[in-house]
Amino acid sequence: MSTEITQQAHAATIQTDVHGHHEGDHGHHHEESFISKYVFSQDHKMIAKQFLITGMIWGIIGGLFSVLFRLQLGYPDMSFPFLEDMFGKWAAGGRISNEFYYSLVTMHGTILVFFVLTAGLSGTFANFLIPLQVGARDMASPFLNMLSYWFFFLASCIMFASLFLQTGPASGGWTIYPPLSALGQASEGSKLGMDFWLISMAMFIVSSLLGGLNYITTILNMRTKGMSMTRMPLTIWAIFFTAVLGVLSFPVLLSGAILLLFDRNLGTSFYLSEIVVKGEILPNEGGSAILFQHLFWFLGHPEVYIILMPALGMVSEILSVNSRKPIFGYLAMVGSLFAIAILAFLVWAHHMFVTGLNPFLGAFFVLLTLLIAVPSAIKVFNWLTTIWRGNLRFTPAMLFAIGFVSLFISGGLTGIFLGNSTLDIHLHDTYFVVAHFHIVMGVASMFGMFAGVYHWYPKMYGRYMNNTLAYIHFWVSLAGAYLIFWPMHYFGLAGMPRRYTDWSNWQSFNMFTDANRVISTVAMVVFAVQLLFIFNFFYSIWKGRKVTTQNPWGANTLEWTAPIRPGHGNWPGEIPEVHRWAYDYGKDGREFVSQVEPVSDSESKH
Amino acid sequence: MTLTLIVTIMALAFVVIFQIAKASEYVMVLKGEEKGFQQSNRINAFLFLSFLVLGLVAAWWCNELFYHKTLFTQPAASDHGEKIDKMMWLTLAVTGLVFFITQILLFWFAYKYQYSEKRRAYFFAHSNKLELIWTVVPAIFLTILVGMGLYYWFGITGPAPKDAQLVEITGKQFNWMMRYPGKDGVLGRKNYRLTDASNGNALGVDWEDGSSHDDIESTEMHLVVGNPVQLVINAQDVIHDVGLVHFRMKMDAVPGIPTTMWFTPKYTTAQMKEITGNKDFVYEISCDQICGSGHYSMRGIIIVETQAEYDQWISGIKPQYRTVMESKAAPTADSLQNASAALQPMAQDLAKK
Repeated sequence: MSTEITQQAHAATIQTDVHGHHEGDHGHHHEESFISKYVFSQDHKMIAKQFLITGMIWGIIGGLFSVLFRLQLGYPDMSFPFLEDMFGKWAAGGRISNEFYYSLVTMHGTILVFFVLTAGLSGTFANFLIPLQVGARDMASPFLNMLSYWFFFLASCIMFASLFLQTGPASGGWTIYPPLSALGQASEGSKLGMDFWLISMAMFIVSSLLGGLNYITTILNMRTKGMSMTRMPLTIWAIFFTAVLGVLSFPVLLSGAILLLFDRNLGTSFYLSEIVVKGEILPNEGGSAILFQHLFWFLGHPEVYIILMPALGMVSEILSVNSRKPIFGYLAMVGSLFAIAILAFLVWAHHMFVTGLNPFLGAFFVLLTLLIAVPSAIKVFNWLTTIWRGNLRFTPAMLFAIGFVSLFISGGLTGIFLGNSTLDIHLHDTYFVVAHFHIVMGVASMFGMFAGVYHWYPKMYGRYMNNTLAYIHFWVSLAGAYLIFWPMHYFGLAGMPRRYTDWSNWQSFNMFTDANRVISTVAMVVFAVQLLFIFNFFYSIWKGRKVTTQNPWGANTLEWTAPIRPGHGNWPGEIPEVHRWAYDYGKDGREFVSQVEPVSDSESKH
Repeated sequence: MTLTLIVTIMALAFVVIFQIAKASEYVMVLKGEEKGFQQSNRINAFLFLSFLVLGLVAAWWCNELFYHKTLFTQPAASDHGEKIDKMMWLTLAVTGLVFFITQILLFWFAYKYQYSEKRRAYFFAHSNKLELIWTVVPAIFLTILVGMGLYYWFGITGPAPKDAQLVEITGKQFNWMMRYPGKDGVLGRKNYRLTDASNGNALGVDWEDGSSHDDIESTEMHLVVGNPVQLVINAQDVIHDVGLVHFRMKMDAVPGIPTTMWFTPKYTTAQMKEITGNKDFVYEISCDQICGSGHYSMRGIIIVETQAEYDQWISGIKPQYRTVMESKAAPTADSLQNASAALQPMAQDLAKK
C-alpha cells in the first residue's frame, strides 16, 4: 500500500507537459480520506466500481422481481403464504395480485434496461477502460464523472423509494405508454409511482449525459502519443459509439418524460385526447398518444444498442486475446459498429408497425431495420473467423464471450422476423418478442458484462475470481438462458400475448402450463447461480488468488502495462507511448506484442 | 415453512459448491497453474461440444413437444393470415439455415481449436474477399425478405374492398364493444363527451345524427365467412390492441385516433372446430397492449358464420337508438326496479333513525 502511494505521488510530480493540464487532479493523493477515495471519488477506476456494484445490487432486485412473477406464471394455482408475509396486500392469500404483477414486470424491465445494463454495464466499463486503454490519467473531467455516478445514485434512490409507495411503483410496462401512464384513474401504478419513475429517469438521463460527454471527450482528446483512432482497441470504439448514441438520444426521452409530467400534473394535452376513463369524461382534446411512442422509441431503440454495443466491443477484445489471434477484420468491425450506430437512429418506428402508422412510412422502417442484419452478420462471421485456427484458452471471460456470440446469433435472427412488418402484425407483443429481446439484448449483454467482469477483475482488484465458480456460473447460465427463452418462441408462434398474468380463461393460450412451470423453475436456478457469481465477486475482492504478473492474460492493450494495482493516475512515470494496433497476437511466431513495443524493421506487414 | 426449507437447501448447496470451488483452486495451485489450466481447458472444450450436441437434441425435442401447439398446425383463418404464414416459413427457412451453420461452426471451432501446446494460432488479420462475401450474401437474402415482406405488407394494409362489411370495435378497461352500421351502411357520428353508459350510450354516439338510428351494438362480433370485413378501431381510456390470433391480425386501439384493418375470414367457427379437432374452439380477441391490471382478462369473441346465420342474428337485435329512446319515453319495468333498488338503502336508513 505505502509503495503504491509513493508511486502515485511520483506519478504526479513527473507528469510531462503533454498531460500537464491534468496535473491539478493529482496533487494530493497521499492525503486521500476515506470519503474522497471510496465515496466522492474522482478516480475513474473507483467510479467504475461504484457503477458496477450499484448495478449488481439493482441486478439482484430486478432478477428477484422476475423470480416473483415467474412464481405466478409457473404456478398459477398455488398459494405462497410467505409472499403475503413479505408483501402484505400486494400478495393477499399468498398470490401475487394483478397490480403487483404488473408492477413487478414494469420494474423488472426498467431496472434491468436502465439501471443494470445501461449504468451497470456501460457505466462500469466506459469508466474503467477508457482512460486505461487509451492511455490517459483519468477522464477529461473527473468531477463531472463523479457527478455522473451520484446522479445515477440519486435516480436509484428515487426509483427504489417508489417501490414503497402505498399505491405501488409504476406498472404500465417499462415503455410507460400514455394514456395508461398519464391517468391515475386507469391504474394504481399510474398514481404517485409514475411521477417517481419520471423524476428518477430524468436524473438518470442527467447522469448518462454527464458520463457520455466525458467518454466522448476523453476518447477524442486524451489518447496517449501514438494512439491514433485506428489503433484503439475495439472496446473503446464500441464505447465511443455507445456514448454518442446516448448523448444524442437520451435528451429526446427527457423531453418525452417532461411532457408526460406536464400531462399528468399540469393539465396539458400532449398525449391525451377524447378520453373517457372509468366513466369520467376528461376535457383533454387534440393530443396524440402516438407522439409519446415516437419520442420514447427514438431513445428506446438506440437504447438497446447502448446496452449491446459495449458488450460487442468487449467480446471482440476478449475473443481475440484468448484465441491468441488478431481480431479478424478490425476495420470491418469498426465499420459495422458505425453502421449499427447510424441505423440505430433510423429504425425506431419498427416498434410501432401496428399502432396505425402509415404503412408506406412503415416500409422504410422495415428496410432500415433489416439492414442492421448486415453489419451484425459481418460481426458474427468475423468472430467466427477470429476463433478459427486460434489456440483457445477458456478463461471464464472467454466462455462468456463465446456464449455471447451464440446468444447474439439466436436473438439476432429472430429480429429478422420482427423487423419485417408483415410478420410483426402476427408476432407483435407476443412471447416471440419476449424471447427475442431477452436473448439478444438481455442475456447476451449480460454475458458481455460477465465476460468483462471476469476479464478485467484482475485489473480492478489485483486478484482473480474463483474459476470453478465461474465455470458453474457460465454453464448453468448458458443452458438456463436457452431453456428459459427457447420455448417462448413457440409460445409466440402460438400467438400467446405477453404481459398476461394468467391464461387460464383463454381457449387459445392455455396450453403451455407445464412449459411455464419448467421455465419458472429454471429461472429460479439461474437466479441462484447469479447470486453465486455475486458472492464470488465480493469474496474474491478480499480472498481471491492474487495476481502476480502485470499482464496475466498476455494481452496487448495498455491497461496491462500499468501496475497490478494502479493508483489514481494509472501509470507511475510517463504514460506509455503506443506504436501499433492492439491485435498483434501470434504475429511472426510471437504470442503477443504489446501496443507499446516499437515496430521493428524485420516485422512482417499485415 | 417451504420458504425456510428452500432457503436452507440453497444455503447448504452454496456452501458445498463454494467449498468444492475453493478446494479445486488449491489443487490447481499445488499442481501448478499451467497444468490446472490445461485440464480445465480440456473440460470446457468438451463441454462446448456436448452443449452443441445436447442443444441440437434439445431443440429437436422442444419442437416435438410444442410444434403441435403452435398455429403452424392449423390454417390461417383469413386470406391475410395465409400470406403471413407463407412469409413466416420463408423467413424461418433462411434464418434457420444461418442459425444451424453459425452455431455449429461456433461450438465446433471452440472444441477443435482448444488450447494445445503444439498449436500456434494462425495470424489472419483480414481478407477483403471473405468480408465482401459475408456482406453481400446476407444483403442479397435480406433484400429478398424485405421485398417479399413489403409485397405482402402493402397487400394487407392496402385499402379494403368496397363491399367490405363495416364493424366498429371499441376497447375500454377491460372489455370490447362492437357497433354495426345497420341498413344504411353508415356508422353514426360519435362525440366522446356524450358517453353515458348508464343511459345506454356507452360509446358516446351522437343521436342527433340520423345515420346512428339504425346502428346496432353488441358485445360479440359476428362475421360472415368469405365476406371481407373492415374494422374501425377505437379506444376510450388507454391504448388497447385488437389481437386476432387465428386471423394473424393485430391493430392498436388508440384513444382519439381511430385505426382500421381489414381481412376476409375463411372458415366459420364450426369449420374451425372440425379443423382443429377442438369442440370448444372459438375465435378470440385478445388485448395485446398492456392496459392496466385487467389486461390479461380483456377477452372478446368473434363468431364467424354463414350469411343466413348472420342475418338471423342481426335481425334479432334492436338498434341501440330505439332501446334508449323507449326507455327515456316510458320508464320500463327494469328501470323502475333499479329505482326501487336505489331507494332501498335510504329507506333502511330512515327505519334505523
